[in-house]
Amino acid sequence: MEKKDIKKVLVLGSGALKIGEAGEFDYSGSQALKALREEGIYTVLINPNIATVQTSEGVADKIYFLPVNPFFVEKVIAKERPDGVLLAFGGQTALNCGVELYKSGVLEKYNVQVLGTPVQAIMDTEDRELFVEKLDEINVKTIQSEACETIEAARAAAKELGYPVILRAAYALGGLGSGFCDNEEELNVIAEKAFSFSPQVLVEKSLKGWKEIEYEVVRDKYDNCITVCNMENLDPLGIHTGESIVIAPTQTLTKSEAAKLRALAIKIVRHVGIVGECNVQYALDPYSEDYRVIEVNARLSRSSALASKATGYPLAFVAAKIALGYGLFELKNSVTKDTPAFFEPTLDYIVAKFPRWDLGKFRGVDREIGSSMKSVGEVMAIGRTFEDTIQKGLRMIGQGMHGFTENKTLHVDDLDHALSAPTDKRIFFLSQALHEGYTIDRLHELTKIDRWFLEKLQNIVKTDNELKAAGSLQAIDEDLMRKAKIQGFSDFQIAKAVGMGAQMDMEYAALIARKHRLSLGVKPVVKQIDTLAAEFPAQTNYLYLTYSGVANDVKYLNDRKSVVVLGSGAYRIGSSVEFDWCGVQALKTIRENGYRSVMINYNPETVSTDYDMCDRLYFDELTFERVMDILELENPHGVIVSTGGQIPNNLALKLDAQHMPILGTTARSIDNAEDRDKFSAMLDRIGVDQPEWSALTSMEDVKTFIDKVGFPVLVRPSYVLSGAAMNVCFNQEELERFLKMAATVSKKHPVVISKFMLNTKEIEMDAVAKDGEIIAYAISEHVEFAGVHSGDATIQFPAQKLYVETVRRIKKISGQIARELNISGPFNIQYLARENEIKVIECNLRASRSFPFVSKVLKINFIDIATRIMLGLPVEKPSKNFFDFDYVGVKASQFSFNRLQKADPVIGVDMTSTGEVGCLGEDANSALLTSMLSVGLRVPKKNVLFSIGSPKQKAQMLDSARQLIAKGFNIYATLGTSHFLTEAGIPNTTVYQPSEEGTPQAIDLMREGVIEFVVSVPKDIVTDPQNDVCYHVRRAAIDLNVPLLTNARLAAAFINAFCTVDVNDLAIQSWDEYK
Amino acid sequence: MKKVTLKLSDGTCFKGTSFGYEKNVAGELVFNTTMIGYPEVLTDANFEGQLVVMTYPLIGNYGVPACSSLENGLSEFMDSHRIHPAAVIMTEYSPEYSHWNANEDLAAWLIREQIPAITGVDTRELTKHLRENGTMQATLIFEGDDTTPVANDENLVPQVSCKEVVTYNAGAGKKVVLVDCGVKEGIIRYLLARGVEVTRVPWDYDFNTLEFDALMLSNGPGDPEDCAVTIENIKTFLAKGEDKPLLGLGLGNQLLALAAGAEVLKHKYGHRGATQPVQIVGGERCYITAQNHGYVVDGTTLPEEWKEWFVNMNDRTNEGIRHAEKPWMAVQFIPEMNCGPKDSEFVFDNFFQLLNK
Repeated sequence: MEKKDIKKVLVLGSGALKIGEAGEFDYSGSQALKALREEGIYTVLINPNIATVQTSEGVADKIYFLPVNPFFVEKVIAKERPDGVLLAFGGQTALNCGVELYKSGVLEKYNVQVLGTPVQAIMDTEDRELFVEKLDEINVKTIQSEACETIEAARAAAKELGYPVILRAAYALGGLGSGFCDNEEELNVIAEKAFSFSPQVLVEKSLKGWKEIEYEVVRDKYDNCITVCNMENLDPLGIHTGESIVIAPTQTLTKSEAAKLRALAIKIVRHVGIVGECNVQYALDPYSEDYRVIEVNARLSRSSALASKATGYPLAFVAAKIALGYGLFELKNSVTKDTPAFFEPTLDYIVAKFPRWDLGKFRGVDREIGSSMKSVGEVMAIGRTFEDTIQKGLRMIGQGMHGFTENKTLHVDDLDHALSAPTDKRIFFLSQALHEGYTIDRLHELTKIDRWFLEKLQNIVKTDNELKAAGSLQAIDEDLMRKAKIQGFSDFQIAKAVGMGAQMDMEYAALIARKHRLSLGVKPVVKQIDTLAAEFPAQTNYLYLTYSGVANDVKYLNDRKSVVVLGSGAYRIGSSVEFDWCGVQALKTIRENGYRSVMINYNPETVSTDYDMCDRLYFDELTFERVMDILELENPHGVIVSTGGQIPNNLALKLDAQHMPILGTTARSIDNAEDRDKFSAMLDRIGVDQPEWSALTSMEDVKTFIDKVGFPVLVRPSYVLSGAAMNVCFNQEELERFLKMAATVSKKHPVVISKFMLNTKEIEMDAVAKDGEIIAYAISEHVEFAGVHSGDATIQFPAQKLYVETVRRIKKISGQIARELNISGPFNIQYLARENEIKVIECNLRASRSFPFVSKVLKINFIDIATRIMLGLPVEKPSKNFFDFDYVGVKASQFSFNRLQKADPVIGVDMTSTGEVGCLGEDANSALLTSMLSVGLRVPKKNVLFSIGSPKQKAQMLDSARQLIAKGFNIYATLGTSHFLTEAGIPNTTVYQPSEEGTPQAIDLMREGVIEFVVSVPKDIVTDPQNDVCYHVRRAAIDLNVPLLTNARLAAAFINAFCTVDVNDLAIQSWDEYK
Repeated sequence: MKKVTLKLSDGTCFKGTSFGYEKNVAGELVFNTTMIGYPEVLTDANFEGQLVVMTYPLIGNYGVPACSSLENGLSEFMDSHRIHPAAVIMTEYSPEYSHWNANEDLAAWLIREQIPAITGVDTRELTKHLRENGTMQATLIFEGDDTTPVANDENLVPQVSCKEVVTYNAGAGKKVVLVDCGVKEGIIRYLLARGVEVTRVPWDYDFNTLEFDALMLSNGPGDPEDCAVTIENIKTFLAKGEDKPLLGLGLGNQLLALAAGAEVLKHKYGHRGATQPVQIVGGERCYITAQNHGYVVDGTTLPEEWKEWFVNMNDRTNEGIRHAEKPWMAVQFIPEMNCGPKDSEFVFDNFFQLLNK
């Protein structure tokens, strides 16, 4: 097919963000769509992830919020009849779906051409045996591996190869179901899990300790090849590349090694027949030039997104053009706009990527990191010294660390073990070890990290000691100050190192350090990322700051025509792609209205860090210090802190204190809403009801308060997102333990305790106001009762089951709060409702997680309105009312428990979901069913397991049980639940849990594939997994890949939905067809 | 460590710190964009006499391999037996190094070879300056040293060429004469591995007196017009009109063009790096190449029987020429068979095909 014959192209997205498949595919899909539309091609996108930029108006011509699986994709193909399909831009989800459609003949049937890399090449790289054969043909070494279809075969293979071995499940995302085994015992455990994900498991010789190197290769149909970037993992082989600190370009490879691996990468890509982009991963012997190819990814990947951001080379965009038949020489370098896309970027800086983990959020989770991925996000730091990028990156992760040094000491019993058995905290243990005087050789022995990296880390510690020895700011001269800054020390670290923390508040101390530094004339400079190391002039707006330099690359006009938007930082649980969407929308509105849009962000998996989304992109920290540096250079019209989630929100007061022009709602109002004490007091003052509360000052006060309201209580420090350090306590012991923990979270802001209300509805108000008057709003309703974090809850919009009176009251109270805080911009209020009794739980004067969802369901862009208000432009109240439309949107949460070994897969007040989808339907059941299928649930055919904790919840599930029986399902139930059902006259089969004797055992039935769906509701919201008998069944459901729900309300809603609506009857409608 | 001032001929100054040999030097200031491979850069004869700015900010990480020789006298790992630049300028020298093949750190090697080196310079700013104003003369002045250094930039080729004829692999097969204007020894190692006899002759040697099957013109530093003798020798060869293959590399491309009657111009700042894109004229194939030259052939001045073979995709300058009928050709880039982008190995394949016809 020729370029001109391709008129309509289907693009598959990757669905909800999950561990191993995150925001990078929003970025790559958005780029692909841009590349296609530029050619005048009609684009159709399937992606249920409603919070993404790619599913926004104007990015694709048709958008389907449907699951990316063969069933739905075939239906869309039948309806849309596209000429071609792109499979490489939606991660493993899209690739697997495409391979299935190809194998089942659907693509052929509808005459859909796979654009770019042929499916055969994809299969050759995905199937381990084919892959090894293919590479054997050209004498390229792969890791010795044996494909096994039974556990016995796996055991035999391991014996033959010799332990340690690594097990991998074939066709699995980011190392799902894989792991290292040192002996047969470990193999038995891991193999069982791997077989539940895949019929084929690979046993390989382990190459722990070898260097891990990656190349990103592009090839066009004329056989022109380039390698865009090479990368090196700081953590040697044994730790998944998604869990490693990754450095680009490689630092410890000689030219001979680099050239050899590059040549091999090109040879492989040619032989496999890639047309587009491809990633090649190697293991390289640290003591010779011996190598093995680990894997080849015939699609855009996390690494390719990183390589794009690290080099400025738009891999996804170029790959899409190549898929259409372009040669690399026909495309332009989008940074220089003058030179061709056939080139290999030359860097004159160093890049480091860090994973962001949120393991602390999960109960019972295994904290060791290894061959499968657990991190939920990543950050990228750019600098001109290794030390600087490391320190920047560690601050960017956003877990309270200040860099490589001057952090609070982590407690560890056995430092050697903490170094040799890596966890999410290892880099900080390295710091501690260096401070304690461990030698480089000893550290190398324990960690196998290359000595060069270790020596560079030691440099940071040496400088830290120099600062400590100086003892005061005054003793730091220009040379030492410059050295420290070049090595990435923040003003805060410097102030702390010289001991200022003993005399004053650290934030204040950091400000003094800043002043001292400026008086020495030590200031950062701004450098461009231009893909050519300054060899050719480039009009690039892609920038970073460094102290290793004497001049800025860009000129500042000081015309006050720029507006700075603060981004959302690392994706983490609670702050993810939805805030990227908000930031991108704000940039768009700013540009459209004649201002220069400026973004500060450092997350390589985002669209907001795509340098053509704004007029200037600072790929740098969102710390107070760095934001101040940039604002002082930019001298902007204003700065927007309300579209990037909690990180920018937390900077509001500090920036305001330095007289920075914050647009929209004032910093004081933000503080009045964020500070729980002030906010609760304000509600009392204006007569708005809230759960009984108290600001915590002493344990005695707490006791008096609890005597009055009783347990359970909700304990919350101020300024938190996603429930960090928020907890429900059911008894005195839990409360005391938690308060001890909370006290270290924030000294400045008080902790508030409130009565925790059970069996109450939770309602969300997302709105935009101007000078205290609400302009646009959306009221949505949680399916689950209060107690499930709003980020984990299933949300219906418009609210389906609220009294008119409830809605009226919510509008009234929201109006009162908006007026009282004089809001100008986005905000969100959460309410509890029982009957018509309404209570406010919290209020955030910023865009919330649900803004893209409600904006897209309503088809009114809340961020556009909010940004116009913040720019002082006129806005009109939308005339549409949510009673006016004939469809429903349901937002459902994606959990990644399958990645988090041993974690208890329950949901509660602390958020644990990693992503979400939003689907539309003609009624609530259709929308709910579609969204649940989109997050990976499957409708059972025959057998369901019930294991319900409390009598009340058991009663709640009775109707569901009857519905299932009426539909011909068999119900299996654990002992208590079984009695309950039998007494209610519902036929069921009793099953047993591991702690009970008797057969059948629930877990056996799951393993045998008899049970297809598990409803396991824990008694209390907070439980200790070790003491909960149901934990093992729940965990087994995750490990054996059996759909699981743990909330009674949601389970009932799902059962009702699939008993009422047949999946085959779900409407295949695009976003614009819902009117 | 001593403070050093880099003084450009237009008066601009950059400050840095010494970590190499301490002596004032002068020379042409050029930048190099290679990210990986400083030992290869330093042993590249094309840099003879120049002050080389490294655009990649971190240098020294993997130390320096042993400067050992093979039995035939060729360097085992590097492109020549000594450092050619007059000085090296970088953003950050890493005294820490780690590699199984490292023998010493970069500073030790520089000091032994008496080459000054400075760190702590904003090489990006310096590169931008050279890009905008062209390469220029510069001096490196050490604190407390007021001697005036003299640039070594007159006729560089004799300084880097071999002094007498050397034959490798005698009797191995076809005879290739290699005119050494500063050849990268990696190229000789590659030719030998392909099983030919190589006669390496000095730049001004009249190879027309020898018996051979094919002629190769090597890479080398400086202005090709300085090699008048070589050009005359090539003219003689061309005039004979024999069907012996001829392949020019780098400087060899310019020498061949001049012998054919075309003109050569000085490039504003040259091409020095490992990732220069070139495209075949009249085709779709493109190649990533390593280059190091400050002069370019003016493609518009080629006589009729000569065609442009490759062009640079960034600035469209000439990257190779070929004769319309005879097996004579040259490329401006350097197919580094030692360890560089191997993309252009076809240049050699093509040459050997013609040789074995």
